[in-house]
Amino acid sequence: MITLTHYLVASALLFTIGLAGIMTRRNIIMILLSIEIMFNAANLAFVAYARAWGDLGGQICAFFIITVAAAEVTVGLAIAILLARQLKTLHADEVRLMKW
Amino acid sequence: MAETVFFYLLSLIMLGAALSVALNRHPIYSVLSLLVVMGCLACLFVMLGAFFVAALQVLLYAGAVLVLFLFVVMLLNLEPEALARVQVFTIRAAGTLAALVLLSYLLRLIRPLDGQPTLASLPAPGGDVESLGRLLFTTYVLPFELTSFLILAAIVGAVTLGKPSPDEQDQRCQTPFPLRDDRAKGV
Repeated sequence: MITLTHYLVASALLFTIGLAGIMTRRNIIMILLSIEIMFNAANLAFVAYARAWGDLGGQICAFFIITVAAAEVTVGLAIAILLARQLKTLHADEVRLMKW
Repeated sequence: MAETVFFYLLSLIMLGAALSVALNRHPIYSVLSLLVVMGCLACLFVMLGAFFVAALQVLLYAGAVLVLFLFVVMLLNLEPEALARVQVFTIRAAGTLAALVLLSYLLRLIRPLDGQPTLASLPAPGGDVESLGRLLFTTYVLPFELTSFLILAAIVGAVTLGKPSPDEQDQRCQTPFPLRDDRAKGV
């Protein structure tokens, strides 16, 4: 009784929760965490479509999303640690050295 | 029947944990809630027949990315977020409103429930290691090789960003005993 729509609604809800996390959180590490939720929501949509259309390309895409997310988290967290070292704070509003 | 029960149970746990990630004041609880989200997602992948992707989700995502987050959160020793002031309340309201607008758009895109075949009735594409591996090395070999470059760039970037600044490095590289003068002059 579970159709493709069920999985897509779950994916849309997860994506929205991730987006709400990005926009309401002010800590940089927590923003990165909410971005990970959005990645996972997209993964769920891809794998659900792979099941619905009988096409394995969706699962391949999920595989690549996981890999790219791992690489991005590595560099993103390195940048966050550098920011914490320089600015002594992780508040997103304090990152404004490049503002005019 | 069992599929329905498992789907709703897993989805509820997953969405509750995602809400905890987005709303929790303690950063460490947020990271651990994300672990719950990834676990539920892996179970949903198994229900969808994507066994290899589910294993990768647990190994790579929960086992590497989350551990990285945990290390950073514990290293930086983040404190719980301060209690809400008026400014933070406005930001939170605006962010939630924007997210709800996006949700309405997304839900409009999804086709309605009636007349759709259940996923259990469709033939499973067989997401085991062999079929995915075959695809990865034939049709999708170019992205597969490009990800190796991406990972190399990420490693080099992370190591470069994590290196101490030059004056720190000089202090650290100094020998514990001073060199004799004739050696320093190159005699």
